Amino acid sequence: MIRYIDEYRNKEMVLRLAGQIREATSRSLRFMEVCGGHTMAIHKFGIPSLLPGNIRLLSGPGCPVCVTDRKFIDQAVSYARRSDVIITTYGDLIRVPGSSSTLDAEKSKGSDIRIIYSILDALAIAKQNPGKKIIFPGIGFETTTPPSAAGILKAREEGITNFYLLSSHKVMPPAMEALIDEGVEIDGYIAPGHVSTITGTSIYRDIPGKFGLGCVISGFEPLDLMQSILMLALQMERGEPKVEIQYRRAVRPEGNPKALEMIRKVFEPRDDWWRGLGILKSSGLGLREEYSDMDAEKTIPVEVEKTREDKGCRCGDILKGLATPGECKLFDRVCTPLNPVGACMVSNEGACHAWYRYRT
Amino acid sequence: MCLSIPARIDSIEGDMATVSVGGVTYQANLQLLDDVQTGDYILLHTGFAIQKLDPEEALETLQTFEDFDALNRQMDEEEKKSGERII
Repeated sequence: MIRYIDEYRNKEMVLRLAGQIREATSRSLRFMEVCGGHTMAIHKFGIPSLLPGNIRLLSGPGCPVCVTDRKFIDQAVSYARRSDVIITTYGDLIRVPGSSSTLDAEKSKGSDIRIIYSILDALAIAKQNPGKKIIFPGIGFETTTPPSAAGILKAREEGITNFYLLSSHKVMPPAMEALIDEGVEIDGYIAPGHVSTITGTSIYRDIPGKFGLGCVISGFEPLDLMQSILMLALQMERGEPKVEIQYRRAVRPEGNPKALEMIRKVFEPRDDWWRGLGILKSSGLGLREEYSDMDAEKTIPVEVEKTREDKGCRCGDILKGLATPGECKLFDRVCTPLNPVGACMVSNEGACHAWYRYRT
Repeated sequence: MCLSIPARIDSIEGDMATVSVGGVTYQANLQLLDDVQTGDYILLHTGFAIQKLDPEEALETLQTFEDFDALNRQMDEEEKKSGERII
């Protein structure tokens, strides 16, 4: 019976793959992972130490917390200060610094902020507290958006009228293309595994053809990552960049059509801001007009402080692979997981956090 | 953020399933998937089953590691015999 985890952590096989990667190419190659989960796994399992010197891995903009605008946190903080509001949020957001506060700090000052495991918990809280407005700050890429869409549809179906979404949901492809346009030098993408379970392969279609980059959709275990790197190395060695799925046990070429349909029903594309990349066309998702009664931005006006960014923090460059965390002056001096300056340190899937924690 | 874990479906009631991950049980909403049954493995993300895991593909990926290694060894042997590099 396969259990889907242990089998992909076989040390002997990992070492054999390391040998195969070494033999596959002597070219100097740079591959970028664009999923925060991959960043964590790569450092946790010490993948860089298993690779030959000619292959380098870079972290990209795939940690939603890291790319999210400070203004979004500021807005959530402003809502949290209202006595008629309960903020329901995934744990990821709670310590992310806004311009002058965090949700965590507001909670300790008495705001009603509840960490939830699922958007369904937020709906239950809405039902239990009919006199309050329940706001859910929604962040995340294609993996996280379908549950938000399902939550909105369920709220409508059950006649819940005090549930609101503050959306900062984003889609991955515009960022992957923007990086290349900005001149970030890479040879291929280790493409996000769980985003791809929803989207399938079509979103990467242009990357090999238009930009000549390889693109391998990878799983999250050591064997998955090593095999994906080998597949990318072989593509480059043969001069045949293409989209391949390594994570075949979870990713179908067509993705999850039901989840995609749900996203389309509830959300529509809009321009959005990414830390390091600026405003990217059609890279964000806002609620469609017919669900605007559940759109916190449109229905609950609130004063938001002027956005302030920290000077010296190189999160923006790090998210583009232009600097490593070690090249930031604040890293490990001023900026640590206990006292983070930038989002890349606060999020446990940020590149700075992964570097600090695993010292790879 | 996109963290999803493999979980086994223990029982299904309407849109909800009880799933287990290494002996710990969770509730999973099944609205994003069609045709799931007790015993299937799914990827669990923020309380939702977002994709069904395919046992055949899972085994095949593991097999590929073995096959690739076997092929590599075979090519090494051939290279040694012929003295020419194949890849």
